[in-house]
Amino acid sequence: MKSLEDLKKLRDQVLKNIRMHCQIGGTRIQIGMGTCGIAAGARPVLNKFLEEINEHELKNVVVTQVGCMGECAFEPIVEIVNADGSSAIYCKVTERMVNEIVEEHLVAGKRLDRYLLSSVKR
Amino acid sequence: MLERMQILICGGTGCRGSHSKEIRAEFERVLHEMKLHNEVQLVTTGCFGLCDKGPVVVIYPDETFYSHVSVADVAEICEEHVLNGRVVSRLVIKDSVDKQKVKNFGELKFYAKQKRIALRNCGNINPLEIDEYIGRDGYFALGKVLTEMKPVEVVDWMKRSGLRGRGGGGFPTGQKWEFAAKSSDPIKYVICNADEGDPGAFMDRAVLEGDPHSVLEAMTICGYAIGAHQGYIYCRAEYPVAVERLNHAIAQAREYELLGRNIFGSGFDFDIEVRLGSGAFVCGEETALMASIEGFRGMPRLKPPFPAVKGLWGHPTNVNNVETFANVPVVYLKGPEWFKAIGTAKSSGTKVFALGGKIANTGLLEVPMGTTLREVIFDIGGGIPNKRKFKAVQTGGPSGGCITEKSLDTPIDFDNLIALGSMMGSGGMIVMDEDNCMVDVARFYLDFTVDESCGKCTPCREGTRRMLDILNKICRGDGTLEDLDQLESLGNMVRDTSLCGLGQTAPNPVLSTLKHFRDEYLAHVVDKVCPAGVCPNLTNYVITDKCIGCTKCAKNCPVGAISGSVKQKHKIDLEKCIRCGACKKTCPVNAISSKPEDWRAVVNG
Repeated sequence: MKSLEDLKKLRDQVLKNIRMHCQIGGTRIQIGMGTCGIAAGARPVLNKFLEEINEHELKNVVVTQVGCMGECAFEPIVEIVNADGSSAIYCKVTERMVNEIVEEHLVAGKRLDRYLLSSVKR
Repeated sequence: MLERMQILICGGTGCRGSHSKEIRAEFERVLHEMKLHNEVQLVTTGCFGLCDKGPVVVIYPDETFYSHVSVADVAEICEEHVLNGRVVSRLVIKDSVDKQKVKNFGELKFYAKQKRIALRNCGNINPLEIDEYIGRDGYFALGKVLTEMKPVEVVDWMKRSGLRGRGGGGFPTGQKWEFAAKSSDPIKYVICNADEGDPGAFMDRAVLEGDPHSVLEAMTICGYAIGAHQGYIYCRAEYPVAVERLNHAIAQAREYELLGRNIFGSGFDFDIEVRLGSGAFVCGEETALMASIEGFRGMPRLKPPFPAVKGLWGHPTNVNNVETFANVPVVYLKGPEWFKAIGTAKSSGTKVFALGGKIANTGLLEVPMGTTLREVIFDIGGGIPNKRKFKAVQTGGPSGGCITEKSLDTPIDFDNLIALGSMMGSGGMIVMDEDNCMVDVARFYLDFTVDESCGKCTPCREGTRRMLDILNKICRGDGTLEDLDQLESLGNMVRDTSLCGLGQTAPNPVLSTLKHFRDEYLAHVVDKVCPAGVCPNLTNYVITDKCIGCTKCAKNCPVGAISGSVKQKHKIDLEKCIRCGACKKTCPVNAISSKPEDWRAVVNG
C-alpha cells in the first residue's frame, strides 16, 4: 500500500464481496425459491443472475431468494424491486433470459414487458 | 460458483459465551453436507448490540435477524432458509417494545433511534479481515490526513469537531492533541486507554472486538497530529478476544504498510504495540496507566505535570479512550462540521452505552448526544421486564450516581449528567427497578471501589472502607440516624481530599442514593425494614390474599418453611424462613410480598 490510489483500488475490489451485508437501499432481485420455484429451475437462474451482475460490475444490486408467490404455474418467477420501490415481476425465467433482463432492465433501465407475468398470464 | 447469501454470526464476547463459535462450526459442517458451502459465505462479526438476544445470526441479503440460536437450530436454518428460502419464524427476533416478531434488521425498534458512528462497523464487517474495513472506507481518513493535511490542520479539525473524551471526563480531544503537539520533545507517545473496568460496561470491548482497525487508524492520525511515532494500546488481560483481534489487526496493518515506516509514501513512521493490564481498576486513570506500562505498580500521581507535558517515560504523551479513537476517522472522512452538527451544542457526536440491569434489551447502543434517558431506556432498551416499575438508573458506574424517574427527560450530555449529580462515565448504564434496594446498590459499588482503591492516599483507602462498614451495619439492621450523618460527611470528605478520580468519585453512589432515596435509608435505620426486600435481616416475606394455592412456592422453598393445602392460601413460617426469595421468584400471581405496606406511613409520621 503505497498511495491512496492503491487503497481505492483495493476498496472497490472488496466492495463487491461485502456489498451484500453492507449495502442499504438499491435494487433487489427477488427470486421465488419455494419448492415450486426450485423444481421449475430457479436455482440455475439465481446463479446466472449472480454471474451476470458480477460480469457487468453492477453496484447497488442484491439478489435474494423469497418464498412462493402463489403463481406456481409461472415459476421461476423473478421480481425486480427498483430503488424507488416500483417493481416488475418476470415469469418463466430461463437462464437464457437472464442475460437479456440484466442488460435491458438493470443496465439500460428498460422494462421487458413481454416477459412480465401480467402479459404472459392473460 | 458465486455467493448468493451471507450468514453473519456474532463473535462478540456475549455471543461467544453462548456458543456462537460452535454454531459457526455447525454451519460449516451442515453447509458442506448439503453442498451449499460455495454459495454461502459465513462471516464472524463483532457485537450487534443485542447481547440479551444472543447468539445472534443475521442472514443477508434477506436481513433476517435470528435470536437465541442454538447449535441444534443450525440444520433447520440451512434446510429451510438457505435451501428453500423460507424464514424459520420461531427463531426470528421479537421486538421487546411491541412484542411483535420482526423479520428485518431495519424494522427493529432497537436500531431505529440509534446513530452508529463509533459502532459503525460492529456487526457489519469481519473484524479479522482488514479488506472488509477498507471496503467500508477504512484507512481513507489516514490517507487523506497524511497526503493532504499538515499536522496543525489535523489538530484544528479535531478542535472544530468538538469531540470530547468518551472515557468519562469529557475533556475536548482537540485541545488535548494541541497540548501534546506544542511540546518540542522529539520523542512523544500516543496511548489508547482500553482498560475498561466499570462493572457492567463493555463499550470499548465491543469496539476492539468488532472494529479494531478503526482504533489503529485513529491512533496513527493522532500520532501524525502530535508528532509521535509510537503508540501503545493498554488493554486489560481479561479481554482475551479483544487482545487477540488487536494483535491480528496490527499484523495485517503492518503487512499492508499502513503501520510501520513511510506510511502512504509520506515519510511518516508509526507503529503500535499492545500492552496488557492485569485488571486493576485504578489503571484506567492515565498516570497510573502509564506507570503500569513502564512496569511499575499502577498508582496515580499528582497532576500537573499533565501527560501532555511529562507522560510515558518522561515524554509528552496523549492518552485517549477507545471510543474516542473510534470516532476520529469519521471526523476526517466527513469533516468536522458534519460531526459538530450531530448531538448538542456543547457535546457533539454520539455516545455508546452498555445497558444492563433490569432492562429488556441488555446490550450495546449508540445514540446522538441529547437523546433523553427515557428514550434510551424505554424506546431502545425496551423498558423494564416483568411489569416492574422503574426506580433509578446508575450512569457512570461506580464513579457515577443514580438518576431518578423525575429526571428521565433530561437530554444526555456531559454537562447535564454532572448537573444531576451523576456523570457520563464511560457509558455503563445500570437500570434498577422496584425490587432493587438502593442501600444495597450503594453498598455494591462501594465494595467495588474499596477493593480497587490502590491505597496511595488515606481518604480513599481508609475513608471508603469506613463508609462500607457503615453501609454493612445499616444493611444488617444495626444502623442509627447518626450513621447517616456520618456517612454523608465521610463521603464529602473522601470526595474533596482524594488524589485521583477513583477516590474523588467513589462516594458518588452513596451520596446520590442518600439524596434521592433518603426514605429507604430511613426505613432501614428507623423501621428496620428493607422496602425492596433485598437485605435479609430486614425482610419478612408475607403471602397476601392474592394466593391461589398453586403450591409452587411450597415446593420451591429450600427449607420447607411454607405450608398450606392446594387451592388454599399458604403461610410462611418466619422462624424457619431464610429470606432467600425463592418463593417470590416462583409465584405466578405475585402474591408474595416483602414490602410491609405501612412503612412509608411510619417514616413520614
